[in-house]
Order: sequence, then C-alpha cells, then structure tokens
Amino acid sequence: MVAVAVVIAGAVWLFGNTLDNLANRGIASGFSFLKSTAGFGISTSLIDFSEASSIGRAFWVGLLNTLLVSAISVVLATILGFAIGIARFSKNWLLGRVATVYVETLRNIPLLLQIFFWYFAVLRALPGPRQSYDLAGWFFLNNRGFYIPKLEIIDGGGWVLLGAVVMAFLAFWQCRHKGISRSCAGLAVLLFISLLAVGSVSVPALTGFNFTGGTVLSPELVALVIALSSYTAAFIAEIVRAGVQSVPRGQIEAADALSLPDKDRMRFVVIPQALRVIVPLLTNQYLNLTKNSSLAAAIAFPDLVSVFAGTVLNITGQAIEIIGITMAVYLTISLTIAFSMNIFNRTTAMRGLSS
Amino acid sequence: MSWARQNLFSGWGNTLTTVLIGFVLVWALVPFLDWAVFSADWVGSKRVDCNTGGACWVYVIQRFDQFMYGFYPEAERWRVDVGAVLLMIALMLFFLPRVTGRLALVFLLLALPVGWILLTGQGLGLPAVETRLWGGMMLTVVLTVAGLALAFPVAILLALGRRSSLPVVRISCTAFIELWRGVPLITVLFMASVMLPLFLPDGASVDKLLRALIGVSLFAGAYLAEVIRGGLQAIPRGQYEAAAALGLGYWKTMIYVILPQALRHVIPGLINTVIALFKDTTLVLIIGMFDFLGIIQASLNDQEWLGLAAEGYVFAALVYWSICFGLSRLSINVEQRSGVYRG
Amino acid sequence: MQILRYLVPFLGVALFGTASSAGTLDTIKEKGWLTCGVSQGLPGFSAPDSKGSWVGIDADFCRAVAAVALGSPDKVKFRPLSTKEAFTALQFGEIHILSRNVTWTQTRDSALGVNFAGILYYDGQGFMVRRKLGVKSARELDGAAVCVNSGSTTELNLSDYFRTHGMKYTPVVFEKSDEVLSAYRAGRCDVFSTDQSGLYAQRLKLPKAKDHLILPEIISKEPLGPAVRQGDDKWFNIVRWTLFALVGAEELGITKSNIEALTQKTSNPAIRRFVGTEGKAGANLGLDPEWAVRAIKAVGNYGELFEKHLGKDSRLKISRDLNRLWNKGGLHYAPPIR
Repeated sequence: MVAVAVVIAGAVWLFGNTLDNLANRGIASGFSFLKSTAGFGISTSLIDFSEASSIGRAFWVGLLNTLLVSAISVVLATILGFAIGIARFSKNWLLGRVATVYVETLRNIPLLLQIFFWYFAVLRALPGPRQSYDLAGWFFLNNRGFYIPKLEIIDGGGWVLLGAVVMAFLAFWQCRHKGISRSCAGLAVLLFISLLAVGSVSVPALTGFNFTGGTVLSPELVALVIALSSYTAAFIAEIVRAGVQSVPRGQIEAADALSLPDKDRMRFVVIPQALRVIVPLLTNQYLNLTKNSSLAAAIAFPDLVSVFAGTVLNITGQAIEIIGITMAVYLTISLTIAFSMNIFNRTTAMRGLSS
Repeated sequence: MSWARQNLFSGWGNTLTTVLIGFVLVWALVPFLDWAVFSADWVGSKRVDCNTGGACWVYVIQRFDQFMYGFYPEAERWRVDVGAVLLMIALMLFFLPRVTGRLALVFLLLALPVGWILLTGQGLGLPAVETRLWGGMMLTVVLTVAGLALAFPVAILLALGRRSSLPVVRISCTAFIELWRGVPLITVLFMASVMLPLFLPDGASVDKLLRALIGVSLFAGAYLAEVIRGGLQAIPRGQYEAAAALGLGYWKTMIYVILPQALRHVIPGLINTVIALFKDTTLVLIIGMFDFLGIIQASLNDQEWLGLAAEGYVFAALVYWSICFGLSRLSINVEQRSGVYRG
Repeated sequence: MQILRYLVPFLGVALFGTASSAGTLDTIKEKGWLTCGVSQGLPGFSAPDSKGSWVGIDADFCRAVAAVALGSPDKVKFRPLSTKEAFTALQFGEIHILSRNVTWTQTRDSALGVNFAGILYYDGQGFMVRRKLGVKSARELDGAAVCVNSGSTTELNLSDYFRTHGMKYTPVVFEKSDEVLSAYRAGRCDVFSTDQSGLYAQRLKLPKAKDHLILPEIISKEPLGPAVRQGDDKWFNIVRWTLFALVGAEELGITKSNIEALTQKTSNPAIRRFVGTEGKAGANLGLDPEWAVRAIKAVGNYGELFEKHLGKDSRLKISRDLNRLWNKGGLHYAPPIR
C-alpha cells in the first residue's frame, strides 16, 4: 500500500510540476499547430505533400514512410531469415557454416552502426548523377538513389485500373481451375490495353543536376531497408532454427519412413509444425523491426520520428504534444500487431497439437 | 577426403552450392583481408603515414585512447581503469563456482557506487570530472551498467506487481511495462532529453548523462521486468505453499524463497537483455552524446583524418561484436550449466 | 500526501541540483556560476578546443555576462545543446542564457517563453556548392538535392526560397551538423545550406576548402542573439546591456587594452558614464559601477570579439559587412548609457 501511495504521490508531483511549468512559462500548448502550414519540404512521400500542406499532413507522410519501410523490411527479413534459418540445417557443411557466421555477426553488432555502414558505404561506392550506372536507359543508379520508371495514371484511371486488376484476378483463378489458356491470354491482353489507356510510363532522365521523372528509391531508404532486413533476418533465422528443432524427431523419422525426399520432408512435415513455435516469436521481431525503423532519424530518411519528432518539434517547440503523439502512434502500432497476432495464435496455432 | 565428399560434394546440387559459396567467399574475403590486414598501415602517427592503399589503422591506434576514455582528462584516466577493474571483478564473482551469489551481490552493490564516485570524483577529494567529458567505451559501459543497476530494482517491483493480486497494482504495472516496450528507445531518449525538465520543479537542472540514464533505465526496466516475470512463472506453486507453511509473509517469501530461484532461472535471459542494451546505447549519439560509436563518428570529421569511415566503422563493429559475442557465449554456457547450477 | 508534496521535491533537489524561485541574478550569485547554453560545436561561435574549453563569440558573450554579473569571466559552465533541446532547457531554467547562434523569430519570442536580449550577429542563410558544378548563383539550383540540418529555421527558408522562384529541390534533412557535412562530402547532395557563417565554418572541415564555393545569395534574415527566459526583467536587462556595452565600447573606442588607462583619466562624459566614474548605470541594473569595465576587460569590445573569432584574425575570415557599427555602414547600434 505504501508503494502505491508513493507511486501515486510521485505521479501527482510530476503532473503538478508540469502544469505549473506550462502555466508559468507562457508556452503555447494544444494541438492547433497540426492545422498550420508546414512550410518545409519532405523528400520521400507516398501522398501528395508540398510546403503549403499542413503539419498534420506532414505527420501522415512520416507515418506512412515508417509503415512503408517497415513493410518492405518485414517481407525481406522474413524471406532472408527463413532461408538462413533453414540453411543452418543444410547437409552442405559450407552453407551451414556461412549461415551460422551470418547470424552471429549480424546480431552482435549494433543496428545503428550497421545503418551507418550501409548508408555511407553505399553512398561512397556509387557514382554521381552524371556518371550513373545506366540499365537500358530505364533504370539509373547513382548516389542520389535508384531511379526507376513510374506508371502515371490519369485522373479517374484508378477505378479502371482497379477493375482491370479484379478482372486479372478472376482470369488467373479461372486459368488455374479450368486451364483454358486462350481466355487467359485474352484477359491478359485486355488488362495490358486498359493499362495503356489510363496510364503512361514516366522514364527518369537527367536534367540539370539530377534525374527527373520516374520514381526514386533514395539511398536513405535503400540503406535503411538493407540494414533493417539483414539485421532482423539474423534473429528470424534463430527463431526458425529453434522452431525446426522443436519438431519431435519422430516426425522426421516418420517422414523418412515414407521415404519423402529431403526437400519435401522440410516443406510438408517440419516447417508446418515448426510454424507453431515460430509465428508468435516472429511477431516480436516484426514489432522490433517497426520500432527500429525509427533509427531512420540518424540518416535523414523522413520517417515519423525524423519528420515529426524532428523537424516539426524544432519548428513548433511543443515537446509534450509531439513526443506524446509519436509515442502513442508506436504504442498503437505495437498493440495492434500484438493483439491481432494473439488472436491469430489462439485460433490457429494450437490446432491439432496434442501436448 | 571422405568428410569433404560427404559434407561438401554429395550430389550435383550440393557441389554447385559449395562451388558457388566458395567463389563468393573468395571474391569478398580476399580483397577485404588484403585491405584490412596485408596491405594495411599499422605504424606511424600521421595521415601521411598511410600510403599503401590498405586500411589506415594508424588512425585507430592514434585515437585509441580517445575512443576508450572520451574527453576524460588524461591525468585522471586511472580512475576509469580502476572502475573497470572493479566492475570486472564484480562480474567475475558471479561466475566463479566457489563464491556464493550473495557475496558477489554484496560486492557488486558496493562496487557500483564506489565506481560512480570514483568517476565523478565527488566526495573523495579528487578533482571533479564533469560528465560531459565522459565518452567513448567508458560512457557506453557506464550507460549499460548504471542503466541496468537503476533498472533492476524497478524491474523486480514491476515483475512482482504484474503478478500481484491487487487489480490496481497489476493493471498499472502491466500498463507501465507495455508502454515502454511498445515505443522505440529513440523516442524515450528524446523524451528524456527534451521533456524531462517539464516534469521537474522550476530551475532544477538534470545532467545530460543522468537524463539519458533515466531514459535507458525506464526502457531497460520494462524489458527486464518481462524476463524476470518469466522466471517467476517457472517457480512451482509448491515453493509458495512451503513458504506459507513456514509462516513467511509476502516480502519474505519473495526475497528469501522465490526471487533467488527465479533470478537464477533467467540468467541467460538477463544476459541477453544486457547484450541488447549494450547495443542500444549507441542511440545516445542521436541526442548528441559521444558514446563509443558516437566518438568514432565524430572523429571521422576530423580534418586530419578525413575519409577513414570504413576503418572507423570496421573497428567499432569489431569491438561491439567481440563484447556481444563474448556475452552471448557466456549466456549459452550458463544455460548449459543450469542443469547443475546451484539451486 | 501533504508531507509528500514537501518531501519529494526535497529528494528531487538532492538528486538534481537546486530549485529556486528567486531571481536569476540571486540564484547565480548564490551558486557562484551561471550556466550558458551553447552549440554542440560550430567554429567561430562556440566550439570546444583541444583542452575542452569553449571558444567563440557566443562563448565569449557568456563570459562577458559572467564578468558583469559575477565579477569573473571564468564563472561560466557551458552546456552544449541541440536546437531541439535548447529552448526547453532555457524555458525550464536549466540554463541562464542561451547563446547558441539561434535565430530571433516572432514565434520564438512570443510562443516559446523566451526573450531575445538583442542581436549579436546578423546572419543569413546561404548555399555552398562544389566549384566543379559550375554554378554561380542560387537561381541555377533547380532540381538540386540540398543537405540541411534539422531544426532552426533552415528548412523553412529553404522551401520558401525554392517555392518563390518556382524551382524544385530534394531536401535531405539530418539531425546533426556533422552528419550533414558527411553526407555532403559523400556526394549525397549538390548543395549544403545553412547560415552563411556556418558555411564558412563547415567549409574548413572539408578536405579541399577551395573546391567549394559559397554562393552570393543570402535567402533569409537570421538575426542571431542571446536569449533569456521570460519573466525575469532584471536578468534580461543585465544580459541585454552587456551586449550593448560590447557594441557601445567599440563605438566609443574603448578596447581591452586601453580601458584601464581610460578609466583613470578620460574627461569624455560618455566614456566616464561607461566606466562608471559618472552616473549610476550600474546601480540601475542592480550592479556595481564597474560592471561594463569588467566585460571589456574580459573579452574586449564587439569589434575585437568579431575579428578574433570570425573575422580577419580567425580561420573563418568572414567580412564584417552587416556586422559593422551603424556609423560604418553596418547594423550594430547601442542605445546610449545615461
């Protein structure tokens, strides 16, 4: 009880101080700053953003960038992590060793150091815009980023495109089930034509200092994705290993008794059972990855922390509101992922497990 | 030969894999080793002494003291060394078979404040060294060790609180733990460095290091609490019942019966948290402190030693790796021994 | 509960230093030093030398204030701060002066709870590019990638400038100025943009300073000056008049070397009021008559300070331009002491 009283008293004291401080210092408070004009530019944005947009919109740009980087990295880390985790059981001695060395190296070096390494190593190794690596005149690689052609869609074309995609799905489904190759080809052609009708391809070209047109993957984005996914992959590989090891020997022996080939034994017997152990642990890694993406602030990728808790905080000076919002956003992401994974676990993971 | 045939060249797929990996390894490692070892520069004192085209380790050697001690005054560096030795002894005591855990704990509890006083120099008649002069590996270790030392008691209380039967305590402890576990460390550090003054009485000033420490220990405390909770869950009900039968109250049960066992169970988990925290302390460079990575990065902008980023980062990676890898071996070692571990 | 309200602050004080609601002057007199917020290292303004002591015009300004208020220029503790931390540190009394090349803007003056005591350096944002790009004017920068430091007003000015001139750019925004420089050096950007004084300082850190050109355009007004927190007018006056004393001394021809002699024998009434042999300027500020003398003895007059840290006696070699006195074509002007 005493402990509770002390904690409550401490909280009251801190809260009182904060209120006193705010009242005494004449510092602006409240959330109206979100509506004011941003006035700064952001290099990478998934939604339309200009200097004239509001600070609230800058928040969304940052949040979407965080989600973008996390989503790409989660996919890559999972693929790489599974590959390496399974490679550790390879019959090939060399492959197994390399996988072990990979895991032990990557996870014992701070992520921030790895991000710096990739960022500055990548930057240093690449040529300037005027000496870009040129791939067929469509793709360009230089120290300003990786430039790729972009499909530009006319107004209202989005709906047409959506329809086309739905049709393509139907076609694909049809093809798989009925194997009618002619109607498949027909639908594919239709999709292609509808694309041409609503969109045009913008190809990057060197104008002035830099390339214009197309889409650019900035070096910051590339370095961050490489660092996050290779780092997390090391942890995922360990989880996969633990998962595989958790499969009872009897299962493997049974598979051998059925004389399943090695590949199929892994794919149809071991992995599905290992997944029960792997999935909940995987959730944790995805959460860590998302939180780790905040290190973007160190290399100028405009994620939530960098845009909102960086630039916006500097401009408005409203620390409480901004840090509060930032933390709340990460907390929401974390809790959402954790919650949905819990449900997923409850409904699927234990099915058919006798222990 | 037969080993190689069995493990490297059984079947064409296997052979192809071996050849492919071998090729990549040679392609990547040979130039790297050449750069890092064979054609590297080791002796000298200036930039011009690096002229072979390989790695310029002269820079690391010249800057080594700064990487270790930061801006700590040269004449006072023995204090850091003494502190480091104290810490080493304290940690070693925990893993020596003949020393009881209690003795090791008492020594550690004494060593920590002594070390702190030694480093700051307050109260011993030594010249005071401001914390802003602390840096390099020393700062990294201070952040890790002091962060953990502050976090540990909090973590135990949180872990107990999360299993408490009082709903208020349980819910607030759970909320507290999940709050810090749900946000990135960098936002916690921003909070500590920007917002902390808001919570304190007017005019109070908090040392920058102390702020970072507060942030780090809140964060580490939440993670530690979860590790400890895992240990608490592993204690069989019988232990509680036995303690109750002896007429022990809640705190006595916890302190004399449950916690010693629970903590022993989770030593590998604790070490893993230490490793994670050790790596995470690099984030303080974002709030402008010069930890080991921070000071190496800052030195990369030194005019005399420009263009040596690769050397700096490789050296940093090597040091972090050795320490973390060493700790992780320790954790595995303990795990394997834990079957016969006292208790 | 009531007890705790007293007890906990007590613990807080024991842990975190002193809390005080007294005036700043009394607080620092009691402590014996004042705390001065400076940059994390900007040559010419405030940067630690090899022995760790802070050098630069901003650092020396704090020394002048310490000399005025506490009698000795050594009674200063410097605290390096990022832009992000700077204002909160000042707002909540962790530092007594912020002398950190921060720009005086309306928002900061009115919404952040601080007061700017004056302008120590008239700056403006500029651009630095590689000479081999062949760019001669900022108007040719359409499409460029620009490395900037997060914070202050840099990002905002940049976007204003490019927007006004209908040009496009890619901002690459870093948290720390060291990282901006690394990225610029690595070729990530065509342009490095910050306050012009900062460009001169950063250029010194590049391998071949001569390969980099600072463009003539100045795209913003950046009045840099010391700030104190709102609500302590007495302290505000002391800081503000320390600044005026430095500028006024230059106008009156008072220097570090001649002030001793002038104090003894001058008959010029303006100088006599300055050195305190006439009038009661010191008493009005709550100080002794010698206050201004100590400032000049400690750091010299404004002109001396400028040339030593930024001008011809420094490595930066910035020309004085706007920072000349008002009667020499510049903007520095001190109200009279009477």
